[in-house]
Amino acid sequence: MVARKVKRKLWNRFMLTLTVVATAVALVPLGSILYYVAVRGLPALNLDFFTKLPAAVGEPGGGLANAILGTIILVLLAGAMAVPLGILTGIYLAEFGRGRLAWTVRFLCDVLTGVPSIIVGIVVYSTVVLTMKRFSALAGGIALAVIMLPMVARTTEEILRLVPQSLREASLALGATRARTVRSVVLRSAMGGIITGVMLATARIAGETAPLLFTALNSRYWPGGLTDHIASLPVYIFTYSTTPYEELHRLAWGAALVLVVMVLATSIAARMAARRLNGGR
Amino acid sequence: MVGKAGRGKIKDTLFAGISGLAALSIVFIIIVMLYELIEGAGPALARFGWDFLTGTRWDPVHEKFGAWPLIYGTLVSSFIALCLAVPLSLGIAIYLAELAPSWLRDPLAFLVELLAAIPSVVYGLWGLFVLVPWLRTSVQPFLGNTLGFLPLFQGPPLGMGMLAAGLVLAIMILPIITSLSREVLLAVPLSQREAMLALGATRWEAIRMAVLPYGRSGIIGAIILGLGRALGETMAVTMVIGNRPQVSPSLFHPGQTIASVIANEFTEGFNELHLSALLASALLLFVITLLVNVLARLLVWRMNKVTQGVSRE
Repeated sequence: MVARKVKRKLWNRFMLTLTVVATAVALVPLGSILYYVAVRGLPALNLDFFTKLPAAVGEPGGGLANAILGTIILVLLAGAMAVPLGILTGIYLAEFGRGRLAWTVRFLCDVLTGVPSIIVGIVVYSTVVLTMKRFSALAGGIALAVIMLPMVARTTEEILRLVPQSLREASLALGATRARTVRSVVLRSAMGGIITGVMLATARIAGETAPLLFTALNSRYWPGGLTDHIASLPVYIFTYSTTPYEELHRLAWGAALVLVVMVLATSIAARMAARRLNGGR
Repeated sequence: MVGKAGRGKIKDTLFAGISGLAALSIVFIIIVMLYELIEGAGPALARFGWDFLTGTRWDPVHEKFGAWPLIYGTLVSSFIALCLAVPLSLGIAIYLAELAPSWLRDPLAFLVELLAAIPSVVYGLWGLFVLVPWLRTSVQPFLGNTLGFLPLFQGPPLGMGMLAAGLVLAIMILPIITSLSREVLLAVPLSQREAMLALGATRWEAIRMAVLPYGRSGIIGAIILGLGRALGETMAVTMVIGNRPQVSPSLFHPGQTIASVIANEFTEGFNELHLSALLASALLLFVITLLVNVLARLLVWRMNKVTQGVSRE
């Protein structure tokens, strides 16, 4: 009896320790990635990096200012398309959607979230790029928007569902229309949560590379019009890291540092905002 | 007065209509996606038929397109990732949900979610310049010397290859599986644990016999969602897998996945047939990830229903 009890206790200790080990092991790659991105990225960053165009292959110096600007433009483009559409879809799902159509939309939202981003890329290529007969910032923005749309829609829906029913009833009892209720009561009280969701989605798409490869392509010049191909940080990281040139590897690490800081800052800010909103209630 | 109420009604209908139209955009996107993939895949599928799935030669130059090496690479790299990520993720989830002191829980959960926020191309960069050299100089020679009699660990230590791809994928799907299973574990009612502990079980016995079985379908759902992510992951895999469409038992050998072949060859598509073969493999990937995701959602939904039913009682 006693031996059995000791064995169970030891086994207990052992398994519980294993979970601690698992946690520690998982933090190693995270630490390693952040460490290398910082250590190899920092030396590449200087004024030129943020203000100059990429140098010709073989020439030293140059920067990735066009890629930084390009990423911002692409994300804004995607947001301009996906955010209004996504919020409206979320409103439909939470406030009006009943029955078969709502179920289908909700289901397809989840399906779309699971579609590999490279597939979004080739579909936008065959619809937009082939139709316009050119790679363009617009096509890149559309590809990112398709990825962003279901995320915004589903978070909006979930957050609207958290708004107490009594608020809607109070507004309706005062004689407001459904539309007015949604606009001035439901959306207003859910605004913080929706903004958090949009920021998290933005952080997700800012680092997307695969959907841009065949849509926005890449560019060595400053972003032109919407119908011109455009540079972006993720695509530059990919192309530079797969060349044999040390100098370009250095720039790729620099670009990775800038991208990671942009993405993490956005998502951390979103989370902190969410926490403050929740705490404030 | 009647006029005003009437106008309100019209506005309501209009608003519902506009939001409904927005919702239809999702349906529209999926239909366009399916149409384009099926339409584009047509020529290759018509030419090769079932051989497209079973053919072992993917050779754009000679216009031979058998997708089996790509399917093999996709499945094997994702399988390696699951083997590594599942035990780790469950360990972390258990630690975070059951054991960690409360001051440590939020910061740790936050760190794990940071892993999810890092863009996949940065994983690729890290994989290419940090993980691959490490595999080449330390891990693979060691594995080759000690376990080299297994076909899994034979061949020259190149660094790049199936093992590198599986490792990077494991790191990438770890946060998803962890955070979802943690939520599942947190949803298990306290009474389940207390009942076990009251019967004299140790902490671990309570977790293994009461908590884990209770959350089983939710945890399996989380794992399958992670699998779905691994199957479709493109950039990080493309950068470390070595990009050679071959079927080899050794994890040291380079391989190719459906997603990475598309990333590599799509813009340089030699001709109509090549492009069509790439679209056909994209269609295949779409169908696989669709099935995997639907399965996962069903399991997670069922889990939610079970726990909601309990908390209502």
